[in-house]
Amino acid sequence: MLTLVCPVCGAHGDETDFHAGGQAHIRRPASHDPEHISDQEQADYLFTRINPKGLHFERWRCDRGCGKWFHAARDTVTLEFKAYYGITELPPPDIMAQARGAWADYFKARQKAAAKAGAKS
Amino acid sequence: MQPRYSIFSLARNALNYHKDWERAWRSPAPKAEYDAIIIGAGGHGLATAYYLAKNHGITNVAVLEKGWLGGGNSGRNTTIIRSNYLQDPSIAIYELSRSLYEDLSQDFNYNVMFSPRGVLMLCQTEHELRAFKRTAHANKLAGLDCRMVSPQEAKEILPILNIDPQCRYPVLGAYYQPRGGTGRHDAVCWGYARGADQRGVDIIQNCEVTGIMRDGARVTGVETTRGPIKAKKIGVVTAGHVTTIMDMAGVRMPIESQCLQALVSEPIKPIIDCVVMANTVHGYMSQSDKGDLVIGGGTDSYNNYSQRGSFPALEHTIAALVETFPILSRLKLMRMWGGIVDMTGDRSPIISKTPVDGLFVNCGWGTGGFKSIPGSGWVFADTIANDRPHPIAEAFGLNRFAEGRFIDESVAAAVAH
Repeated sequence: MLTLVCPVCGAHGDETDFHAGGQAHIRRPASHDPEHISDQEQADYLFTRINPKGLHFERWRCDRGCGKWFHAARDTVTLEFKAYYGITELPPPDIMAQARGAWADYFKARQKAAAKAGAKS
Repeated sequence: MQPRYSIFSLARNALNYHKDWERAWRSPAPKAEYDAIIIGAGGHGLATAYYLAKNHGITNVAVLEKGWLGGGNSGRNTTIIRSNYLQDPSIAIYELSRSLYEDLSQDFNYNVMFSPRGVLMLCQTEHELRAFKRTAHANKLAGLDCRMVSPQEAKEILPILNIDPQCRYPVLGAYYQPRGGTGRHDAVCWGYARGADQRGVDIIQNCEVTGIMRDGARVTGVETTRGPIKAKKIGVVTAGHVTTIMDMAGVRMPIESQCLQALVSEPIKPIIDCVVMANTVHGYMSQSDKGDLVIGGGTDSYNNYSQRGSFPALEHTIAALVETFPILSRLKLMRMWGGIVDMTGDRSPIISKTPVDGLFVNCGWGTGGFKSIPGSGWVFADTIANDRPHPIAEAFGLNRFAEGRFIDESVAAAVAH
């Protein structure tokens, strides 16, 4: 059984006290660029998922505590939670560095986009 | 060629104290090149290899397996066989599969213990009753032998059923498929393995695929723990690990891997001679020939590769079944296990070509893999052999997600996963 800690209210509980909300950090492409969304991009947004054997990043909800959504980094093989972080945040840098495959590509792209936005301003 | 199994071979070997039985399949070293490689020696992979050899004469085939054959979900399911799905494409493939099971033992010369003992699906809310009536009409149009039965008839089929209208989820009716049932999961894998091996297919166990070799947009072979193996056609049939393999080829999949648990009770005298499924309360059950009750439930809600499920999911399943079958309340459970199932968004499988030439994928069977082994292998072998989707497989292409042609079976699953 999974045991979690809510990073918002600090409640401890098992998986029945929380709700698993699936993969984290999914952006709805139509919100940013509604005119240029291909069918494939929309299908990827709805259905294509990062499904790693190992470190994964997910959304969870503190069902029986504060009711807030938050993010968690969890290993899908050992089922161990590695970190909890806010719903608007990226994972802690040391955890992000451990990401592999599609997740590593994703975080690299996010950081690049953030650096570009920073350079502009 | 291996000798056929018969009453005479049994008698002959009995005289020798069974010391002279030959191995049912070889254990060959991998060759440098094959016409086709199937990744994954579970039921679906072995069936694909078998029908490639038998139906299409393609025998220069290797089936690569990182563990032992039939050691994944093929050995971790509840062996239920039925075809009463809602959508036409699903009915077509699951009924092909169920009908192939009917004479699979004769086809193999190997007993797969197919037992068409009937599948009874309980309706425990008004909505479920209506949904199953809809399925019943769809199935009748497709020519399936299925019918709705009243609570009293359900009680006649299954005397241990609690049809008290006062219980939390009263039985309002049931949907019955008399030619559904169970089979012996190991024997299905072994039968396909033996049949494929006899026709020249190399089944290579303890051989993990570590990479997929490409030449531009074409596959050229695989890297394995036993060295590189070349092939122009590769079929990926690795269920819960399909994204791991497809990532090697750079193809993203609409799949999430979750844990589905099953459990068996201590063996008891016969109390149930059909398969019973209770969708609303999340549980399904049959009794094996040994006498133990084989019980399954819903998946855990989060991604999981550990083959260990959670206690709350088990508790939920058991609580529901005890309510519906009060006779079970004192029963001890012997073992439980989890399998890593590959879930798609519409709960229907993917049998498809991919953006990479020569790379084919058969996955997404999720919680309904065992029942579909023969049909899945049949159409996937045809798809690989002819390099185009088999007519039945066509609807299950990867492109359906972008085109919006979903085959929504989430309501037709035995339990709401």
